[in-house]
Amino acid sequence: MTDILMPALSPTMEEGTLSKWHVKVGDTVSAGDVIAEIETDKATMEVEAVDEGEVTEILVEEGAEGVKVNTPIARLSGDDAAPAPKAEAPKDDAKAEKAGDLEKKAPEAAETRPEGEGPAPVTPKKTLKDPEIPADAKLVKTTIRDALRDAMAEEMRRDPDVFLMGEEVAQYQGAYKVSRELLQEFGDKRVIDTPITEHGFAGLGVGAAMAGLKPIVEFMTWNFGMQAIDHVINSAAKTLYMSGGQIKAPIVFRGPNGAASRVGAQHSQDYSSWYAHVPGLKVVAPYDAADAKGLLKSAIRDPNPVVFLEHEMMYGLEFDVPDVEDYLVPIGKAKVRREGTDVTITSHSRMVGFALAAAEKLAEEGIEAEVIDLRTLRPLDHETIVESVKKTNRLVSAEEGWGPMGVGAEVVARVIEHAFDYLDAPPLRVHQEDVPLPYAANLEALSLPGVDKIVKAVKAVVA
Amino acid sequence: MAKAAAQKSASKDAPQKLANDIGASKDELLGYYREMVLIRRFEERAGQLYGMGLIGGFCHLYIGQEAVAVGVQASIKQGHDRIITGYRDHGHMLTAGMDPKEVMAELTGRIGGSSKGKGGSMHMFDVPTGFYGGHGIVGAQVALGTGLAFAGWYRGDDSVSFIYFGDGAANQGQVYESFNMAQLWKLPAIYIIENNQYAMGTSIDRSSSTTNLSQRGASFGIPGEQVDGMDVIAVRDAVKKAVDRARAGEGPYILEVKTYRYRGHSMSDPAKYRTKEEVDEVKKTRDPIDHIKTLLQAANASEDELKAIDAEIKAIVAEAVQFAQESPEPDPSELYTDVYTEAAQ
Repeated sequence: MTDILMPALSPTMEEGTLSKWHVKVGDTVSAGDVIAEIETDKATMEVEAVDEGEVTEILVEEGAEGVKVNTPIARLSGDDAAPAPKAEAPKDDAKAEKAGDLEKKAPEAAETRPEGEGPAPVTPKKTLKDPEIPADAKLVKTTIRDALRDAMAEEMRRDPDVFLMGEEVAQYQGAYKVSRELLQEFGDKRVIDTPITEHGFAGLGVGAAMAGLKPIVEFMTWNFGMQAIDHVINSAAKTLYMSGGQIKAPIVFRGPNGAASRVGAQHSQDYSSWYAHVPGLKVVAPYDAADAKGLLKSAIRDPNPVVFLEHEMMYGLEFDVPDVEDYLVPIGKAKVRREGTDVTITSHSRMVGFALAAAEKLAEEGIEAEVIDLRTLRPLDHETIVESVKKTNRLVSAEEGWGPMGVGAEVVARVIEHAFDYLDAPPLRVHQEDVPLPYAANLEALSLPGVDKIVKAVKAVVA
Repeated sequence: MAKAAAQKSASKDAPQKLANDIGASKDELLGYYREMVLIRRFEERAGQLYGMGLIGGFCHLYIGQEAVAVGVQASIKQGHDRIITGYRDHGHMLTAGMDPKEVMAELTGRIGGSSKGKGGSMHMFDVPTGFYGGHGIVGAQVALGTGLAFAGWYRGDDSVSFIYFGDGAANQGQVYESFNMAQLWKLPAIYIIENNQYAMGTSIDRSSSTTNLSQRGASFGIPGEQVDGMDVIAVRDAVKKAVDRARAGEGPYILEVKTYRYRGHSMSDPAKYRTKEEVDEVKKTRDPIDHIKTLLQAANASEDELKAIDAEIKAIVAEAVQFAQESPEPDPSELYTDVYTEAAQ
């Protein structure tokens, strides 16, 4: 004996009208036969038999309205080798139970998160520290461009599964010369010029990563990477979770991010907060050459997908890079670039330089700013920020992107969650004006954040 | 009956070839029949569990298209080659060799599911059988699958990647971006377009300026052909040729497999965009399981042999259903697992 139950015919259906029976008592049905029509709020659907047998009873008459999902509507005789599974409970009850469960379980779930963690990204459990640089280590003046190249070259020498692909990365030596001489050293199987087809090659890269390779996918700029954002988020970031931990995507997406100079709105955008919003991604945005090298090497070795945001305006700038073997900077650790007592300024990427310059200006007026280089936006090292604010009691965030829902908004929220009582003034955010970046030189300058805006914000919070 | 049984046991010692020219022994045909019936019975049950509210969200059934996955699988080196598809993926997973219990338990969102209940109908994966999903974004699997093929090319390991997509996905831009790169680098990619004639509710005539999808690679120089997707032998033979080519380094190939889905696009689709007569006509005249039954008859398979398979499948599916209901929901502690994986040393 098998009960045929009122089926749910859409994700949201709870009841429906049994508009028509195609069978009557005494009929024999087999799997696949249409036995009835059910009307939902959206459509009329046919119901097929799943078992074979003879209809022994019609339990709900034709035309009945408001028949709840899972109500028995007819009964079949037939062999019981594979009885129809019994529903556990009417759907409404099941729902109520689930909702109750969720309430019950939520705190437990929260307890499984790392200590002191807000409801957002994961913070690394171990204490992360920059590598010890031996006192006698040579410091070599290196451009960010070359530091990035050195990082890729070192990792490609170390691991044959690492390869670089993107537009103009091979024969042209990189649109910004970041991949200079890599083709000569590693050959055209590991340094691959792609067609102009971001969506396609980003997806190809993720697929290769799923199959165990470690691609570095260069976007000529992150503005073009927006064509590929589906693969960065839906394919790379989510698959580990959706596969219950089976499928990894050890891939690095990298390229210049943010505003260059006079290239207009479509080529001038900061994607920091876009990607930092997404669980499953790590998001890195270094400021100097040593971090560019050490963080890119860590990103290439990381078994998770990493979004690596460079800055076009900084490729040619020189910084000291320690000449030590395997210089790895840990992902997930902010760096205090300047110590101070009066205000904390957070920043990342190119804005760190502006924040440091602002701090020098402020020092002339007796204001000592502590400048934190976030370096990694996801996971965000809020401990370092919070510790600083506990000391300075004031906060200004600085970023190149738009303000609403931005990195600064997150930094401020974390500080409020973890150090509200330490704040002596409302925090302020410095960011790009809330407009697409204009082309005209004067308007572009007005739109972008810089030293003066940071100085002004700091003065406002210390006043 | 006794004779038939004796024949069957004899066939294990000496696999017999058919007198006709389809190039399949009776045992091979029985194997295809078994796989196809497994998919159909499994999907019927999945539909039933959906109706009971045990499966949530979207659920896209493969009924009618069984001969495609089964015909392709005959050329796949399990664990060496790679398979990827879209969201109508249950049939491919079962044929690839995934445990029906794990697939069904994933549909019900339980810890025993292949993704621990965190993926659902559209997002299942299984590395040992080479099954790389299960992808919910139409067309995304084509670029990803081209990347799987790239990995085979990069390593020079003779593997081939089988990339399934539908007539709907065939209009996505990234499909052509992928074709271009696959041919440019001669990647071992077999593109299998399962043309079931409807992209959700839009028929191919209303969505595609050219409807011979096998020629969609022509501007990239990728050869292709149309195949009767209701004939498992036709699919098998066409795939074999394409695979031999790919393993020989000759690059990608496109197979447009003409098939038909009996059910709506998903469980909540009443399929009003086609007539009942159209569906009935296909069921009556082109059903892939009826077709292989005819071949089995010609190969002297007995009713009892088929019945034994039917009973075996019924039990397997019943067991899967039971497992899918008894397996508990994932523990709340699973909420925050598998977001990131630990760094490899």
